[in-house]
Amino acid sequence: MSEAEVKNDKGFWRRLKAGLGKTRSQLATGVGNLLLGEREISEDVLDDLETSLLLTDVGVSTTKEVMDALRLRVSRKELNNTAALHGALAKLLKELLAPLVRPFEIRKDRPFIIFFVGVNGVGKTTTIGKLARRLTAEGLSVLLAAGDTFRAAAVEQLKVWGERNEIPVIAQASGADSASVVFDAIKAAQARKVDVVLADTAGRLQDKTNLMEELKKIHRVVNRFDANAPHEVILVLDAGIGQNAISQAKAFIEAVDVSGFVLTKLDGSAKAGVIFAIAAELKKMGLTKPVYFIGVGERVEDLRPFDAGDFVDALLANE
Amino acid sequence: MFDNLTDRLTQTLRGISGKARLSEENVSAALRDVRMALLEADVALPVVKDFISQVRSKALGTVVSSALNPGEAFVKIVHTELVKVMGEANDALDLNTTPPAIILMAGLQGAGKTTTVAKLARFLIEGRLGAKKKVAVVSADVYRPAAIDQLQTLAAEVGAHFIHSTPDEKPLDIGKRAVVEAKKVLADVLLVDTAGRLAIDAAMMAEIRDLQASLSPIETLFVVDAMTGQDAANTAKAFNDALVLTGVVLAKADGDARGGAALSVRAITGKPIKFLGMGEKTDALEPFHPDRLASRILGMGDMLSLIEEAQRKVDKRSAQKLARKIQHGQKFDLEDFREQLKQMSNMGGMTNMMDKIPGMSALPANAQSKIDDGMFKKMAVIIDSMTAHERHFPDLISGSRKQRIAKGSGTHIPDVNRLLKQHKQMQKMMKKMSKKGGMQKMLRTLQAARPAAGVRR
Repeated sequence: MSEAEVKNDKGFWRRLKAGLGKTRSQLATGVGNLLLGEREISEDVLDDLETSLLLTDVGVSTTKEVMDALRLRVSRKELNNTAALHGALAKLLKELLAPLVRPFEIRKDRPFIIFFVGVNGVGKTTTIGKLARRLTAEGLSVLLAAGDTFRAAAVEQLKVWGERNEIPVIAQASGADSASVVFDAIKAAQARKVDVVLADTAGRLQDKTNLMEELKKIHRVVNRFDANAPHEVILVLDAGIGQNAISQAKAFIEAVDVSGFVLTKLDGSAKAGVIFAIAAELKKMGLTKPVYFIGVGERVEDLRPFDAGDFVDALLANE
Repeated sequence: MFDNLTDRLTQTLRGISGKARLSEENVSAALRDVRMALLEADVALPVVKDFISQVRSKALGTVVSSALNPGEAFVKIVHTELVKVMGEANDALDLNTTPPAIILMAGLQGAGKTTTVAKLARFLIEGRLGAKKKVAVVSADVYRPAAIDQLQTLAAEVGAHFIHSTPDEKPLDIGKRAVVEAKKVLADVLLVDTAGRLAIDAAMMAEIRDLQASLSPIETLFVVDAMTGQDAANTAKAFNDALVLTGVVLAKADGDARGGAALSVRAITGKPIKFLGMGEKTDALEPFHPDRLASRILGMGDMLSLIEEAQRKVDKRSAQKLARKIQHGQKFDLEDFREQLKQMSNMGGMTNMMDKIPGMSALPANAQSKIDDGMFKKMAVIIDSMTAHERHFPDLISGSRKQRIAKGSGTHIPDVNRLLKQHKQMQKMMKKMSKKGGMQKMLRTLQAARPAAGVRR
């Protein structure tokens, strides 16, 4: 981490903007400055806008919905120039994301049990490490459960985070039953009167039935112990992943009733426009599930609460 | 992985077949669907545009020969263009240098570099690329906690020589030291794992550029997650500009992602995709064959990969034993059935084989999802709960025996009945095969099931 920590502190707003830089430049260069000025809205402008949305992974159907709404308003002469179009687009996108905003809180239950799930390599363990630091700083006692017993050295990786944050890590040997690890961790948390248990799980592709069954089993074991538990099930999504993120959200919601998301790796060139598609999908399913945090860098402080307004502004910002 | 795209194109092309000829109108309709499917499959937009325009001009210019109907002709064009975008043929690893041949891995965080190193090591150690190789591995990932431990564990598992490194060292020093040690232990190949990095992180990109300059690896492989969205093209280009890449590994290609990244990366960087990561285990690495993948995209199946996999994994001795037994007209008993089930699980189970078999994509999705590898495990457990005598003479299994077997295997009597019925059917099939010419007859049926259009070899 030393390398990352030396990097100068740019402040969150600039970090997010820099992180989404590529996204923004896609919108800025693709649609160009037309969104800046007050010029007439031609068919070319709309086409370019559509292209730009597609390039940020918003997805075919959500892009179509957004564009249809904008085109309708253009045809009704409600939007007369590109500046108005820019404003309307921003408003539309913010509205789409609005249901995804809800602050993360540790409620009264003790121990408060949080599960982290997701496909391989999205950053579950790293997110746990960062969140543990955050919660510890808030004065809560935290315990980590090394539920990823499959991947080589996943336990060691979590232990390093435990040492860094000076918090206990409950683990068993590699290959152990992860449900039993999580169970042990809860028992330990109870005995030690720990406030929060953060449970890591092995990454798994959502179409692997047997692995999803295993995840359900962990969920059942915890649920038997406390009917309200797990109190949060967080699906970690990689900003770089395209339309498959929708399938991930659906499958994990179905298997373990995901309660919220964390969006990682937003400091790269990836666009995470798929979050709009996920928002649309959730709406169709009649569900509201928040994005609790976004990851905008490697530092512990770079796990930030999600703000839909900031997110869209950073996406559409002018140079 | 390409299942959804396959469904889409299959449907689109089904619509076009039967039309009298490829007109501007019906080609455009099909192409709109193809464009949509490709975008939904996360193929980068510029690549989609190029691809569509190529197919359009090819399709309209084509004189449909009397041998093909317009639909078949269109499939052939789309197939040919897909193959072209993904690279004409399989590019093998180039290890032709004074040992150790150094392979450097590069990619974003969480793409799957370390796992790929282990898979590649195993691939080379097992001699899946010519002669068996002695492989050394080293990790230059001094950032991610326990990354080095991860590689050490995996190296032990696959039988690679692990060269130690510590998070206090500089990646460049690790690399230099590793080359010396690899020479000392007479390794044929040295695989160098690196930390995941963002293409826009100038300092980290400079680090790996220096590492490459110092090691001058014969192969520098870019590992990309098959689920990557539009960014796959950008990232691959950035890595390709910063480093001299020689190839790409598409990781996590066994998921349900439509895998458009494969098309994008190849088209944007011009570098061949050399391998696909097809699972979590260290043997799940497959050479990338553009023509086969194109066939898979178009719903033509991938029998060749399946056959190669079968040859590698099926225990030849027990297969020959069974063949002899059947030839001599002996009965196919439950012991043999048990052996068959074991071989099947060796091959990664039914689900792994599914999308390689032609025509499977035509099955409705819910039928496909019903095929569950757990079922085969259950069957094996039931057989395990029988006595040797019962396995050889299944007809003996009476009601009370069934009850005992069900109890012993933690199943129910209907499960036992189902297994016995399935075994009976298998027995019947085996009997047919053992008759003179039976095998040829079966192969002919299989051959006929393979679609003709676009499949070469």
